[in-house]
Amino acid sequence: MKRALRRPHYYAAPLFLLLAAGSASAQEVTRYGPNPTLPEPSRGLLPNMSVPEPAEWGDALPSVPEGYTITAIATDLQIPRQTLVLPNGDILVAEGSGGNAPSLKPKDVIAGLIKSQGTTSVQSGNRLTLLRDADGDGRYEEQTTFAENLNAPYGLALIDDALYVANQDALVRFEYEEGQTQASGPPEVLTQLPAEINHHWTKAMTASADGEFLYVGIGSNSNITERGMEAEVNRAEIWQIDPDTGMHRPYATGLRNPTAMTIQPGTDQLWTVVNERDELGPDLVPDYLTTVQEGGFYGWPYSYWGQNIDPRVRPQNPEKVESAIAPDYSLGSHVAPLGLAFSIPEMGDEFAEGVFIGEHGSWNRADPVGYKVVFVPFSDGQPSGDPIDFVSGFLTDDGRARGRPVGVSIDPDGALIIADDLTNAIWRVTPNDA
Amino acid sequence: MTATHTHTYQRGLPLFHSVFLVGCLPLFLGATLSDYAYANSYQIQWATFASWLNAGGLVFAGLALISSLISFFRAKPRRLMLLIYPALLLLTWILGFVNALIHARDAWGMMPIGFALSLVVTIFAGTAVWVGFSRFGHGGKP
Repeated sequence: MKRALRRPHYYAAPLFLLLAAGSASAQEVTRYGPNPTLPEPSRGLLPNMSVPEPAEWGDALPSVPEGYTITAIATDLQIPRQTLVLPNGDILVAEGSGGNAPSLKPKDVIAGLIKSQGTTSVQSGNRLTLLRDADGDGRYEEQTTFAENLNAPYGLALIDDALYVANQDALVRFEYEEGQTQASGPPEVLTQLPAEINHHWTKAMTASADGEFLYVGIGSNSNITERGMEAEVNRAEIWQIDPDTGMHRPYATGLRNPTAMTIQPGTDQLWTVVNERDELGPDLVPDYLTTVQEGGFYGWPYSYWGQNIDPRVRPQNPEKVESAIAPDYSLGSHVAPLGLAFSIPEMGDEFAEGVFIGEHGSWNRADPVGYKVVFVPFSDGQPSGDPIDFVSGFLTDDGRARGRPVGVSIDPDGALIIADDLTNAIWRVTPNDA
Repeated sequence: MTATHTHTYQRGLPLFHSVFLVGCLPLFLGATLSDYAYANSYQIQWATFASWLNAGGLVFAGLALISSLISFFRAKPRRLMLLIYPALLLLTWILGFVNALIHARDAWGMMPIGFALSLVVTIFAGTAVWVGFSRFGHGGKP
């Protein structure tokens, strides 16, 4: 007994195993691409949680590749999430934060407190801000409130002279005239969107290439059905919505949290990024980028990455598991992709073909991942390599977060627009020689 | 007949101590029954009930543990046997705490180990109540 007391590691080892059973060391791990390594699910007694504390930028800026410049074109916003570049070059910014999921278990109370450390203390804006660079010098000198009193607006789409905004509870439409800096009136409600609980509240949106349809992503109402199956009706789906009538139908299902969508130029194919489930280990389940197949089922909640059954779901559904589609491309587990935009040749040779993805960053992992904007190169319209860091430096050397990227969009003049909901700013990255 | 009657006012557990000790038992038992109902119905509400009932049981068992230690240090003579009761409460509390962490797993992730632990904790809590009021505890005659 006394001997053991002098050797504290006798106790430390089992304690460590008990607490950290979730962080199995992995050998040859493929994080990215179509065939990621899927380790055995694991979860220690305590879930891994590591939330970087916010830090100030000071004089520092996010890092960009050589030959590119980054500037903040708007600051002091109120939780900017997604942006839309209008035909005349104006940028619309959706600001706000939603969700009203109550704490169900003692765990939710504690986890909520921890997670709130990593987010901004700024109040939700619930508005659209318009940024304008009238003289084309890259400085957006004009900043006006385009519309306010919205309810956590997120998805933005323009079809001809109608501006569609996906609030957390409804899809609304504004009349839009080119050059407008302020909406001419309150919006008209096109259709209600599933909003009860709203565990995942963001309603991502994009318009089809021909403007015939809108696609709206509706995230699940839980991590993995812990709020009950009843709460998941109409959730974890992408809806196809008729912009004239508001009629809608599920276009694809089993997508846990489709947080950004876009149409691929040329093919007119719908793509999305999805935030996958937590608490199965630091390298499970990969968040992904995928084409969205009409009528496709992507696994949630019954299985992940195709047919890998999630044991936490009861009752199980082998038939659904059988039909589950494996996504196209893994972005790595817990990176939290929230922004997606196809690049254009004006972004420079190296980044001409592919997608930019804003990664909000992890909380369910001991060492943080994400917290950057990556570029996934494409060739022949398909992902063709590992993600490349395009904008990074959001984390400090001592592991604090200065910013967290969310939505990304492309300015046809050759610029990447990034919303950052921790810095509460909009960043603009341009190639120098353009 | 002459009856010798000794007044022992401090006999038995003090009121609050008794409430803490007895209170934890139905809470842990409730958690076990809720786990059972969840296992049978897959209705998530039962798992939520179990989490909170177990948390309530931990509060009561924790207060009972503190009370039992105070009683132990105030006991005269301080016989080692009187430690059985606080030790049982400590074990109940530790297992109950581990059970709380297990119950924090999402949905079916806490099964079947959560149900098994709830049952074990209930048995330990019951034993602690029994011992607490017995002569090995602090409730019996010296």
